[in-house]
Amino acid sequence: MLRTNLTHVLSNQEHAELLQENENVMICCGRMGPMCIPVYEVMEELEGEYTNVKFADMEFDSPDAKVIRNLPECRGFAGLPFVVYYKNGQVVKATSSIQSRDQITEILDQHFGNNHK
Amino acid sequence: MNNHYDIIVIGGGAAGLTAGIYLSRAKVSTLILNEGAVGGQMVLTHEIANYPGIENISGYELARNMKTQAQKFGCVIKSNIKITGLKLNGELKEITINNKDTFTSHAVIVATGGKPRAVGVPGEEIFKGKGISYCATCDGDFFTDKEIIVVGGGNSALEEAVSLTKYASKVTIVHQFDHFQALEHYVAEAKSNPKINFVMESKIIEFMGDESLRKVRIENRATNEISEMNVNGVFIFIGYVPNTAKFEGMIDLNEYKEIIVDKNLATNIPGVYAAGDSIVKRYRQVTTAVADGTIAALSASEYVNNLKKELVTV
Ligand SMILES: Cc1cc2nc3c(=O)[nH]c(=O)nc-3n(C[C@H](O)[C@H](O)[C@H](O)COP(=O)(O)OP(=O)(O)OC[C@H]3O[C@@H](n4cnc5c(N)ncnc54)[C@H](O)[C@@H]3O)c2cc1C
Repeated sequence: MLRTNLTHVLSNQEHAELLQENENVMICCGRMGPMCIPVYEVMEELEGEYTNVKFADMEFDSPDAKVIRNLPECRGFAGLPFVVYYKNGQVVKATSSIQSRDQITEILDQHFGNNHK
Repeated sequence: MNNHYDIIVIGGGAAGLTAGIYLSRAKVSTLILNEGAVGGQMVLTHEIANYPGIENISGYELARNMKTQAQKFGCVIKSNIKITGLKLNGELKEITINNKDTFTSHAVIVATGGKPRAVGVPGEEIFKGKGISYCATCDGDFFTDKEIIVVGGGNSALEEAVSLTKYASKVTIVHQFDHFQALEHYVAEAKSNPKINFVMESKIIEFMGDESLRKVRIENRATNEISEMNVNGVFIFIGYVPNTAKFEGMIDLNEYKEIIVDKNLATNIPGVYAAGDSIVKRYRQVTTAVADGTIAALSASEYVNNLKKELVTV
């Protein structure tokens, strides 16, 4: 399990449930590595601000993470972490490699509305 | 919210966190403002094996320990912020973050470190994470049995090129000069590796591809000849640049944009000190950043104490 304070998605089923139960979801699929940790840290900070978004992580090397690794939106990705944004269960955006807080909030505001605190 | 502190530290890497530990432990009220993730370059380091007293630790853990230690002494840390206003002259320093909150202090320590140097040519932003990487340990396994390029000629470039041969079928080192800056044993190890070959006196002038990187255009600096090479990945290790752009025109910088300091790590502005990789120095390591953080903290707190005494006697 990843050592973050985010909700951990551990299986295919948990992934499906998360998308079903939440309108706006951001999942960071990575390892405890240099490019991933800063993204988890930003997500942990944003949890309190973007109460309209569910923030979660998933271990890149777990077999069930193919639900993210094999997404068509992630084709061509070659940098950890893979971050996927879902609205009503549909992928609205995916990014590869480290992203700054500004880059992340721009995506959240664009796709999920900036009605955060 | 109390927005006044004795000292504000800009940057929460090894230098800034050390300053935070020393200052807060001495009951000097301290705020650390950090633009990215706390820990700075330590977070980018998978394993640190040369920090005295700790045989082996991940950079992330060392950073987390330093952060917790500073917070336990009462240091306030704000991460992932953006400094949008800066007034360093005068006895009261003012720093605004996110165009919203303004903080004041008697002294400031600049510990903004450095960031990886980019090649700075077309396509680099587009293919970041889609073939272009700055971290071999993070992304090496995406290039298993593929052909890649490593850009650079220093220790990191040659060391990482050798480590990437674990995954890649072929590694081409592209370097702008006809000789390497790396230590001899790194060069020898790379030269003796059958998977590594060299394109010297050359630089990448464009990254090209579709949904991921497919090829690069390379210019030979001696002949000006331009060629194309098909590759799946490019790893860039061409050094670091100091994060000092914000201070240009305020704090004196040298020709490499490093902050000029005296032996107490004071800058040209009274009450403004600097520490770590952003200052003029030869060896950039966690140990030297930690040492700088200590010196800057002690110098800055002495400055603040004297200032407070003056204010009382006036
Ligand atoms: C891949 C890699 C491996 C390394 N391996 C080792 C090793 O094994 N051993 C060793 O001793 N050293 C190693 N180093 C070097 C070492 O990590 C650095 O010398 C040291 O961490 C520098 O610390 P610093 O605090 O000066 O700067 P940084 O670590 O760069 O921290 C600066 C901080 O300031 C923040 N910042 C920047 N601009 C602003 C701004 N305008 N406002 C607010 N905040 C800002 C940054 O986000 C960052 O958090 C390595 C470096 C790298 C990149």
